[in-house]
Amino acid sequence: MYKILEKERLSSQVVKMKIDAPHVAKKALAGQFIILRVDEVGERIPLTIADYDREAGTTTIIFQEVGYSTIKLGQKNAGDYLIDFVGPLGIASHVDEYKGKNICVIGGGLGCAIAYPQAKAFYNAGANVDVIAGFRNSDFIILEKEMAAVSNKLSIVTDDGSNGHKGLVTDVLNQSIADGANYDLVIAIGPLVMMKFVCLATKPHNIKTLVSMNSTMVDGTGMCGCCRLTVDGKTKFACVDGPDFDGHLVDFDETIRKASMYKEHERNQCNLEGMKNA
Amino acid sequence: MPNMSNVKVPMPEQKPNIRNANFEEVSLGYTDDMAVEEAERCLNCKHKPCIKGCPVNVQIPEFIMAIKEREFKKANDIIKETSSLPAVCGRVCPQEVQCEGLCVRGRKGEPVGIGRLERFAADWAMQNVNEKPAKPTCNGKKVAIVGAGPASLTCAGDLALMGYDVTLFEAFHVAGGVLMYGIPEFRLPKAIVQKEINTLKELGVKIITNYVVGKSATIDDLFEEGYLAVFVGSGAGLPRFMNLPGENLNGVYSANEYLTRINLMKAYEDGAVTPIYKAKNVAVFGGGNVAMDAARSAKRMGAENVYIVYRRSENELPARLEEIHHAKEEGIEFKILSNPNEIIGDDNFWVKAIKCDTMELGEPDESGRRSPVKVPNAEFILEVDCVIVSIGTSPNPIIPSSTPDLTTNRWGCVVADDAGVTEKPGVFAGGDVVTGAATVILAMGAGKNAAVAMDTYIKGL
Repeated sequence: MYKILEKERLSSQVVKMKIDAPHVAKKALAGQFIILRVDEVGERIPLTIADYDREAGTTTIIFQEVGYSTIKLGQKNAGDYLIDFVGPLGIASHVDEYKGKNICVIGGGLGCAIAYPQAKAFYNAGANVDVIAGFRNSDFIILEKEMAAVSNKLSIVTDDGSNGHKGLVTDVLNQSIADGANYDLVIAIGPLVMMKFVCLATKPHNIKTLVSMNSTMVDGTGMCGCCRLTVDGKTKFACVDGPDFDGHLVDFDETIRKASMYKEHERNQCNLEGMKNA
Repeated sequence: MPNMSNVKVPMPEQKPNIRNANFEEVSLGYTDDMAVEEAERCLNCKHKPCIKGCPVNVQIPEFIMAIKEREFKKANDIIKETSSLPAVCGRVCPQEVQCEGLCVRGRKGEPVGIGRLERFAADWAMQNVNEKPAKPTCNGKKVAIVGAGPASLTCAGDLALMGYDVTLFEAFHVAGGVLMYGIPEFRLPKAIVQKEINTLKELGVKIITNYVVGKSATIDDLFEEGYLAVFVGSGAGLPRFMNLPGENLNGVYSANEYLTRINLMKAYEDGAVTPIYKAKNVAVFGGGNVAMDAARSAKRMGAENVYIVYRRSENELPARLEEIHHAKEEGIEFKILSNPNEIIGDDNFWVKAIKCDTMELGEPDESGRRSPVKVPNAEFILEVDCVIVSIGTSPNPIIPSSTPDLTTNRWGCVVADDAGVTEKPGVFAGGDVVTGAATVILAMGAGKNAAVAMDTYIKGL
């Protein structure tokens, strides 16, 4: 059993939790993820490690209450326990080789929860980090202060302009590139469609672009193949080969369509328990 | 006078058209009298050929004689001397190519039902014997076991009996490995697996779940924590795909995923949180035990038509005879000499059909099996809305990739000798991670050998 030490609501649907999990905190690195089960009958869900404290033995997760299991998780409070919490899984980001280089980290919505630790890792490794974060509207903005603290420049845009900066993350990216930002690496984390368009934007400029593939998983250790995707024409497993991949080689159209497989089950499950599914 | 019947005492079973709609165990087990009657078929041969077929050296005629004398507890004790999981082996061993394949009675008629008798003795003991195993005195020496499948459980049990302080690390939330996530409830009830695991706990084995060695800690970290030797039994978990067009369509599963959702995550229960697609028409690619398990599970999940699509002929099917027989009884259709070459999707990215080549058998290949050759212009289409790929698995890469000084071969298998000794000092390995996907009993044999080698190694430190 893994104790929830702290719980904080970052926006109406986004929750941050600090979990007592020394076995994860000890080895965790930016870009890796955990798998948890909320209770005895729960499904196994993957969530990216948002932060960790090796000395305190804690691991932080940030999640959006979008489906049955994340809504259940959001109902837990500090002092409650999660039945299972395993990790760190996946391959960590290679931050050290980017010391002194120009990096642009792009987060879309909840993707900022993953973009933030990546930005932090690159920033702490000595890279020049621009962060571009996009949200639906100003109510959904999360981690603004945190992202500001680990970037040389933070740009936040909203779909409806409610924070005063209407636009898409790709608008900001294109402008920065046009202004001569000279990025060595772009990292995009967020909805599949956003990552696809970031990759389309960087491709003509030949800027290396990494995307974080948040596929559905069961075991998270390579055993089931549920998270597979096509990268450069080959089948890869997000859990053991990723979660980060060269975005210019990922078959986004396939992945986007694959993501709909359990939509109906999810809806039924939420209806059964009278949950309002986002 | 032995019972000279040429056939085994029939095993009571659920009727095919009833059991193919539930997940309860198919075979119900012998009664005392049935077991005695079957035991009487054993000739108690002097040269005991059956034992040579057993990877863990169970003293077969001896335990069968005990059953004949109605000494059921004694029968189980005899098996337990060399096998740590008799209730499991009696159910899942491929007896026809092991002990029963060498039985003299098999020359004329059916061999003695050794597997059925083993299962009987183990089940009888589980129900009637309530003595806790004597916990051996701990010698204070720590050993680590990576994984909790058949190889690891056997290795852990044997080391605990020798007095070692054994800790077993499992990535999943329950121990048991393929016995829990792979083999379905209707073939191997999970309560039986958990009883075997509880026995290990009573011997003092510590089981740490949710712990991925290679990620949460490396093997070298374990040595630093004071473990004197490490056994790697992490299995062959990585599913292989065929690289066919359409293989990533919605409705395509690896057998591992399909079975894990059902067995481990209980997706077959009403209101289960873990989703699974309830298909109408299912094609399972492959002909091994896992393919049979997947096909029979799909039927139980409500599929109307389930096809085994296999590229060789029926004689080459690698599955246990009993599984093939049971699958057929339950209405699984066998499309043999059929090789899928494409999975066709609909506009919504869901599987709607598969395209297959018709095959014929050519010359034997390196495995000794006649290799299938494509018949020209004989392609056919089968309408299905779900495909389960069950063509085998590769070793899990997590341990090798995090342990650079552990040698692997070109298939990704950890290199170890028959005793389980790897090229990294203090590290031993056995089971599917060494051999590639094989059987429960071979993994158990490897775990057993490794326990002996680890004991020798630690004594020499």
